[in-house]
Amino acid sequence: MTCAVEFQAVSRRFGELQALDDVSFKIAPGEFFGLLGPNGAGKTTLISVLGGLVRPDSGRAFVMGHDVTTDYLNSRHRLGVVPQEVVFDPFLTVRETLRFQAGYFGLRRVDDWIDEILHHLGLSDKADKNMRTLSGGMKRRVLVGQALVHKPPVIVLDEPTAGVDVELRHALWTFISGLNKEGHTILLTTHYLQEAEMLCDRIAMLKSGRVVALDHKHRLLSPFEMIVVRLTATRVPESWQARIRQTEGQSVLIELQRFEELETLLAALRADNIAIKDLQIEQTDLEQVFLRLTGSDQKQPPEKIREGRS
Amino acid sequence: MNDRTDFGAALTRWQKPWHMLFYKELLRFRRVSFQTVVAPVIMALLYLLVFSHVLESRVSVFGGRVSYTAFLVPGLVMMSILQNAFANTSSSLIQSKVTGNIIFFLLAPITPWGFFLAYVLAGVLRGMVVGFGVWLAALYFAPELWRPVAPGWVILFGFLGGAILAMLGVIAGLWSEKFDQLATFQSFIIMPMTFLSGVFYSVRSLPDFWFKVSHLNPFFYMVDGLRYGFFGVSDISPWVNLAFVGTVFVMLTWGTWLLIARGWKLRN
Repeated sequence: MTCAVEFQAVSRRFGELQALDDVSFKIAPGEFFGLLGPNGAGKTTLISVLGGLVRPDSGRAFVMGHDVTTDYLNSRHRLGVVPQEVVFDPFLTVRETLRFQAGYFGLRRVDDWIDEILHHLGLSDKADKNMRTLSGGMKRRVLVGQALVHKPPVIVLDEPTAGVDVELRHALWTFISGLNKEGHTILLTTHYLQEAEMLCDRIAMLKSGRVVALDHKHRLLSPFEMIVVRLTATRVPESWQARIRQTEGQSVLIELQRFEELETLLAALRADNIAIKDLQIEQTDLEQVFLRLTGSDQKQPPEKIREGRS
Repeated sequence: MNDRTDFGAALTRWQKPWHMLFYKELLRFRRVSFQTVVAPVIMALLYLLVFSHVLESRVSVFGGRVSYTAFLVPGLVMMSILQNAFANTSSSLIQSKVTGNIIFFLLAPITPWGFFLAYVLAGVLRGMVVGFGVWLAALYFAPELWRPVAPGWVILFGFLGGAILAMLGVIAGLWSEKFDQLATFQSFIIMPMTFLSGVFYSVRSLPDFWFKVSHLNPFFYMVDGLRYGFFGVSDISPWVNLAFVGTVFVMLTWGTWLLIARGWKLRN
């Protein structure tokens, strides 16, 4: 089956900076794929390669099987990109912006579809307003509409909810999830790990232009899955001293492999007559995985670089 | 998935993507037509008023066969075409680059030729509209120009001149990172070459050295060629003018297309 998106050993250098270093992975049609990484990891460069805005030094990229360099007319017809920056044409109204964008893809007489997009994005009452008069959030909605106007099977969203208020963020999540359910392949780059954890099926993590992890969300979490107990007590039983991972003020963090171990800990506290002031239970989330894999958590360096299935 | 692809493919047969880019460029200058069309016409008429009033009785051109006011009009028409064709492409590109909305058509399936044609044709059209406006308004001062001797030459040189400057505008727009750089290009290259191309005088009235230097200025051949279309007389043969202007046109077409195709300052 043709992949929706494929990167084959894509590398790109800007002067001294190796922005992309031998990046390879595939995204299947209909997938909701997350691309995570700290600032400067190469996320935007990678999706710019897909859109033809950046040319790789080596390697190839494909959209629905069409090479983005040698067969760019076909690849661009099948790709919709929501850029990170809020950009607009100050001469145009919202409807004109969408009409022109449709026209750039050779489409005309698509007003019914434009009305549908405007309705779904809550922009119907802004259709004839000039783009300059819209708020930042509204402009971002128009950008999403522009990426959809030619009905591309693959949609790339580069940090679509950055700087967006909570209400619009949830509206965008619902809208994007709906698109995915309709069959669109979604490639989402985001800083919000909660967003990726909630929406994406598979996740790739980039650091310094390299893929440091790529797997299904739950498989990415499982090697690091553990229960962390934050205990505030007068002291810690002797038998549990070795299990202390970290001390934070009066509290200690103790790692448990299973919930059953919690009962053992409580029993030890009771046996030693230790009074508990506070006890909190935390589970591993994507943020902790992300910090470990990208090496940002210096106390917990990654044990190995995971190369998941693609 | 295929239905979406087919949707796009079916509609694409009706319209080429670059047509919309061309239309957007037309809309851009039409929306601010007072600034882009009316103001340049008024500016050209002010030149005509001032220069013709001061020099009409003092300057003789083409052996007295043509009044100085009439002589001035084709020069001003060509100057308007050149300056406005350049302004249209260069300002549109730099605005799109600075505001970032250039991404909308860089992501679209527009070929380098499509990109080239959309910008250059829109630039030529604005130049021709302003040139036509200058000619119409100038008829009040020089009614004998209502019927050019060889209108084909007028249109040909108007088109070629406009296209050459529109292409230079594309190059300047691509090269410039900010408005300041574009202003430098305009002030130190375009304006001097326009003013020293024989718009306001016949190069035959210049000292020998400057007469020869003028022949190195491609704008001179455009102005002289257009003037031939109006009067049937010019400083040099219209065929020589055409050969020179045509060569510059072909070379710039190739060069501009190559820069766009390579994504010079457009795609990293």
